[in-house]
Amino acid sequence: MNQGPIFTTEAVSRLIQELNKLPGIGPKSAQRLAYHLLRAPLEEARQLADAILSLKQQTKLCSVCFNVTDTDPCAICRNDQRDRTKLCIVEQPQDILAIAHTGVYHGLYHVLHGAISPTEGVGADDIRVKELLKRLEGSPIQEVILATNTNLEGEQTALYLHRLILPLGIRVTRLACGLPFGTELEYADDVTLTRALEGRQEF
Amino acid sequence: MSKLRTYQTEAIIIKKTKLGEADRILTLYTPHMGKIQGVAKGVRRPRSKLAGHLELLTHSLVSLARGRNLDTITGSQTINSFLPLKSDLDLSAHALYLTELVSQFTVDHLENYPLFQLLLDTLGYLCQSVSKELALRYFELHLLDAVGYRPQLQQCVACHSPLEPVVNSFCPVVGGMLCPGCSQRQPFSYPLSVNTLKVLRFIQNSDFSTANKLKLDAELSQQLETVLRRYLKYLLEREIKSTAWLDSLKRGNHD
Repeated sequence: MNQGPIFTTEAVSRLIQELNKLPGIGPKSAQRLAYHLLRAPLEEARQLADAILSLKQQTKLCSVCFNVTDTDPCAICRNDQRDRTKLCIVEQPQDILAIAHTGVYHGLYHVLHGAISPTEGVGADDIRVKELLKRLEGSPIQEVILATNTNLEGEQTALYLHRLILPLGIRVTRLACGLPFGTELEYADDVTLTRALEGRQEF
Repeated sequence: MSKLRTYQTEAIIIKKTKLGEADRILTLYTPHMGKIQGVAKGVRRPRSKLAGHLELLTHSLVSLARGRNLDTITGSQTINSFLPLKSDLDLSAHALYLTELVSQFTVDHLENYPLFQLLLDTLGYLCQSVSKELALRYFELHLLDAVGYRPQLQQCVACHSPLEPVVNSFCPVVGGMLCPGCSQRQPFSYPLSVNTLKVLRFIQNSDFSTANKLKLDAELSQQLETVLRRYLKYLLEREIKSTAWLDSLKRGNHD
């Protein structure tokens, strides 16, 4: 990026450059954040720096479910209170937060860290599929819930996992795909409406 | 002439990339503007009323508003969602391969109506439980026509003599066939059986309903795939990414 004439100190422009690398932060936002921190008390800046460092130093991926954790295995995998016969497959760690927030699921998770996307060159070997199959071998899991996204990549991933897991004699389910709560029918697309009709339930 | 601030076009969604928190940049293939890009705001949120109409492999009527850099998608209505493609693992892999080829072989804002129609038709054929391999070969050969790389299959590219019914060679560098004599002087050429050449010619000169009458055995099918992939890869000067997934699915199906 062309910086133009430099009217600020090395330290400020360095921070601006670093912030600029973050997703969704353009040069102007980066500048605003940098000058905000410049005015903020030292303690606040230190807390931010600490938080960033410990994020990198104290977290790892759980060796069982590949969720982000500070202990291995993670708190969910260690918890005996959880239903060990159900396994919910998600694309990314953030999805666990969304499902956990509902409070209705008490089983275990598995994070794939991605979805199959042929045109981006992401195949089954690039996400945690092998690890999943190994985990299912001889485990007490009776049901696998495919909770990948309902876009084309997530759908392909679900179809692929379904193909692999079914021969193992484990029940495979997929999150229902239908109308989101609080929306209007007239804006629904064909695929969603078709699935919503197919998946309709006794009222 | 001042351009209208908003416009509407038919489009097939061929590519998408994430942008910011909830937006996407979509690549659309349109009948009269060729390949265009548009920002779809908020489509990664569950309640987006546009998202379902803007998924990959969807044929939609799209409204856009001109922007400084990228145009913004303001509305979308599905024309054909190609549902069978989205509910079948093998079909979606084949269909995505088509969209990757279109995306790679085109530049922005260059109208190519025959190519649009070819893509639309071939997605439709794939939905109709035809031979997937044949549909791909048909698409590849006719895409090459539409983008100006039609391979010369009737005569030797070097000496212009008609090809004898013997093993001639296909050469990606010259974009067509070489007779046995000329192929000696061209290191990057691959021998092609008489039958494979016949089938290539037939697909090249037929519409789909005629080409679809062909029955390809596994070996012939493999040869056709190899020769066309080599040529496409040579022209693009890069790997076609979705072939890796197609191949891994095929291997899985044979196990």
